[in-house]
Amino acid sequence: MRNIIALLSGILFGFGLALSGMVSPGKVIGFLDLTGNWDPSLAFVMGGGLIVTLVSFRLILKRSQPLFGGSFSLPNRKDIDTRLVAGAALFGLGWGLGGLCPGPALSSLAYGNIKIFVFVIAMAVGILIGKAITGGFSKQNETPAPSPS
Amino acid sequence: MEHFTPYSSLAGGIVIGLSATLLLLSGRIAGISGIFGGLLPAKSGDILWRALFVAGLVVGAALFPVLGGNLSFLNINPYGFQETSHLILLIVAGLLVGMGTTIGSGCTSGHGICGIGRLSVRSITATIAFMVVAVITVFVVRTATGG
Repeated sequence: MRNIIALLSGILFGFGLALSGMVSPGKVIGFLDLTGNWDPSLAFVMGGGLIVTLVSFRLILKRSQPLFGGSFSLPNRKDIDTRLVAGAALFGLGWGLGGLCPGPALSSLAYGNIKIFVFVIAMAVGILIGKAITGGFSKQNETPAPSPS
Repeated sequence: MEHFTPYSSLAGGIVIGLSATLLLLSGRIAGISGIFGGLLPAKSGDILWRALFVAGLVVGAALFPVLGGNLSFLNINPYGFQETSHLILLIVAGLLVGMGTTIGSGCTSGHGICGIGRLSVRSITATIAFMVVAVITVFVVRTATGG
């Protein structure tokens, strides 16, 4: 059941990214180009997403267990550290250069452009480098200090 | 602002929010960099749902034009770089996006939609940080390329 949910959620997400326009780097750069010919559309994407999640997450997380089984795997850290901000800054730099973040990049593999494929390979290599730097091969996201394994 | 698409962007955002809601009903956070990164390398017992989600992304994006959606707005090279330079730019950008989302524990979806949806201070901080840096980056590239 949880696997079917993951597939359905992925389909909705990919469709939403296409509908919203976020699969187009032109749209993303247009949003980030505050001093140029600014296109505010992507603020509506984030706004639309947050209208839903700000309400639904609150309701869902009131339960002690997820409706479809398993347990909640949520990040539990609250502290702001250099790693978080430095990583976000690196991501922002890459996002501004290419106009692609992970979701739209993976989704638009559907449109068969070789450049997107190259970007996704580079992103995968970047993830491996990031894990090597942070010692993340032994853990998942957002868990505290990595332990060697 | 001739490319402004408030209605389809808002609708797309709501669909993304519903997707994240559905996934959280199974206990999981729709952070794409995290879901994809968990496949590199894949751990046994933790592969199928991740692979299905990523496959779903591709299927969902492919369904959009099939269901009558218009993709004519798609512009992969908005700065108008020459082909080889653009390919190099995308490789550098991909490396940075992969490293940054791994080191910073999330991307636009995980921090921007899900994390802020939980009012996580870390996610709000990360989202402000990557937005500010991305805006500055676009300004610098636009200026450098005379756009």
